[in-house]
Amino acid sequence: MGAELLQFLVSGLTVGAVYALVALGFTLIYNASDVVNFAQGEFVMLGGMVTVFAVAAGLALPLAAALAILVAVAVGLLLHRLAIEPARGASAVTLIIITIGASIFLRGVAQIVFDKQFHQLPAFSGSDPILLAGAAILPQSFWVLGGAVLVFLGLFVFLEKTLLGKAVLATAANRLAARLVGVDTSFVLALSFGLSAAIGALAGILITPITLTSFDVGTMLALKGFAAAMLGGMGSPLGAVVGGLLLGLLESFAAGTISSAYKDAVAFVVILAVLFTMPQGLFGRRSVERV
Amino acid sequence: MGIASMLRRGALALGAAAIVALPALAQRNDPIRIGAVLSVTGPASFLGDPEDKTLRLYVNRINAAGGVNGRPIQLIVYDDGGDANRARTFATRLVEDDRVVAMVGGTTTGTTMAMRPVFEDARIPFISLAGGIEIIDPVSPYTFKTPHTDRMACEKIFSDVRARGLSRVALISGTDGFGQSMRTQCQRVAQAAGITIVADEQYGPRDSDMTPQLTRIRNTQGVEAVVNPGFGQGPAIVTRNYAQLGIRLPLYQSHGVASAQFIQLATPQAAEGVRLPAAALLVAEQLPANDPQRQVLIDYKTAFERETGQPVSTFGGHAYDGLMILVEAIKRANSTDGTRLRDAIRATRGFVGTGGVVNMSATDHMGLDLSAFRMVEIRNGQFVLIGN
Repeated sequence: MGAELLQFLVSGLTVGAVYALVALGFTLIYNASDVVNFAQGEFVMLGGMVTVFAVAAGLALPLAAALAILVAVAVGLLLHRLAIEPARGASAVTLIIITIGASIFLRGVAQIVFDKQFHQLPAFSGSDPILLAGAAILPQSFWVLGGAVLVFLGLFVFLEKTLLGKAVLATAANRLAARLVGVDTSFVLALSFGLSAAIGALAGILITPITLTSFDVGTMLALKGFAAAMLGGMGSPLGAVVGGLLLGLLESFAAGTISSAYKDAVAFVVILAVLFTMPQGLFGRRSVERV
Repeated sequence: MGIASMLRRGALALGAAAIVALPALAQRNDPIRIGAVLSVTGPASFLGDPEDKTLRLYVNRINAAGGVNGRPIQLIVYDDGGDANRARTFATRLVEDDRVVAMVGGTTTGTTMAMRPVFEDARIPFISLAGGIEIIDPVSPYTFKTPHTDRMACEKIFSDVRARGLSRVALISGTDGFGQSMRTQCQRVAQAAGITIVADEQYGPRDSDMTPQLTRIRNTQGVEAVVNPGFGQGPAIVTRNYAQLGIRLPLYQSHGVASAQFIQLATPQAAEGVRLPAAALLVAEQLPANDPQRQVLIDYKTAFERETGQPVSTFGGHAYDGLMILVEAIKRANSTDGTRLRDAIRATRGFVGTGGVVNMSATDHMGLDLSAFRMVEIRNGQFVLIGN
């Protein structure tokens, strides 16, 4: 029984770490602009697909991964420059609808530039499972979990310890006030698009050896990442990580112990229950009505 | 009466004669119009695209060889993009505007079921290329199909499980249409096949980790074999997780993953020893020389690969079978009247196609038996035919 639970735990944490990375991307852009960027899943797709095709073209894996992140960042910046920036001043809902359009557009382009097939990537450090107290764990799971921890720590240091990071936080706290003290909020928004694209692409690279990838892999991940961000509290990086891991664990334990047919339903019922009692999510800021 | 007026009358008479004569001429030289509504683009394009290419390739070949009963075939293809609504619109257009004598097509079960009433009402034979058993069970008078069904895949797998002396099976199925349909069929035929289903797990079509479900199966008492009805990347991940957890029981995949791409996605190490029922086309070169299908398969494979430069797929083969069954029937009926053509298709006996040897009847509008599926095992990254 213990081994079984450990297996569910590892499975849930690995899947949850992916959701957490996607949720972190949502959080960054949301903080800078109140926009939920539904093209976040496409950054994950780009990370995986560009790496797969670069490796197939003969590039070494680290180079291919770096290239994939560069491509995703470029796409993220272009998305900001060509779609979000021209519509600045529009309401958040309008901007969200623009990101949905961008997501469909990116999927269509990927379908043409790459193809419609599924692709795999060899695991970074072998695919022989590690046996731990009766549970079989893929080495790649550690890469995913380690990657998520590093990204979270890096983000924490960036936001708390650097001037640029403080500018991002200031923009998140109050855009008008930040602009008044000299923060270039438009630059901060571009930066957060670039950063979330990089995080998304990294997630895509790390998970492809486990989950496989294709041009439309982003849709489901964006949905799950969004749910995780809502659960944790939109706008809170810690909430994104906790929400992601929690969602992954809920799914895996529901599939393993209750019913695999209703595992998604179980996870979403729990999310609904949390949001009914805590509408801001677990770590969300309480919104203050200004008079 | 002037010369001009005489000429005019003469011309009129000639014209009238020509109008009377035209239908007779048409009977002899006008093309035989065959319709096809295929999902050439959209989510089912991996099915519809080879079907489209196959139909065009073989219609050209037949016409180059003099046509059917001295008349060329005119193929009219519409692309429904996988949308059942559009399929039905195109079906109506084929019947009312294009006046086709028969229809080969209907890439998915959904589009086929949407189009069936149109052809049934018009009494025009309709040979579908989709898998669902509901297309021909119960039988509709004018509707046929060429691919084998998921029920047959279940029966084939279960007979192999029994041949290994096993009987207690766990199912792990995708929640997509293909997985759910095959899961239902497997549950239905299990008892008759002497199989007990002891576990029934499911996963979402886009799930990335099936270890919880497989752990549950591993911990279920008395499981002797695992069957994975599914399609797309799900079965590849199931196969990987199966190896990860070190489960030693025989694993069966469905005909839905019978392609080299599956082995690549699942990795050859994880896929080693996996068995699945597949159309004979997958192992054409491995068939014994006396196998009736061998020559047909190799001919089709060579022709398709030379013409399109793509690897052959069983789906294009279904279109080949449909077209050839129809052409043979037109020859035998020596007519393009809907009901006489239908009777001729029904009378198809011993037709050797890519999907198997077809023996139709008034109660069987598919005409395949279990020998149409070959059991293959993955060894060293290759599909290997194993004794039937």
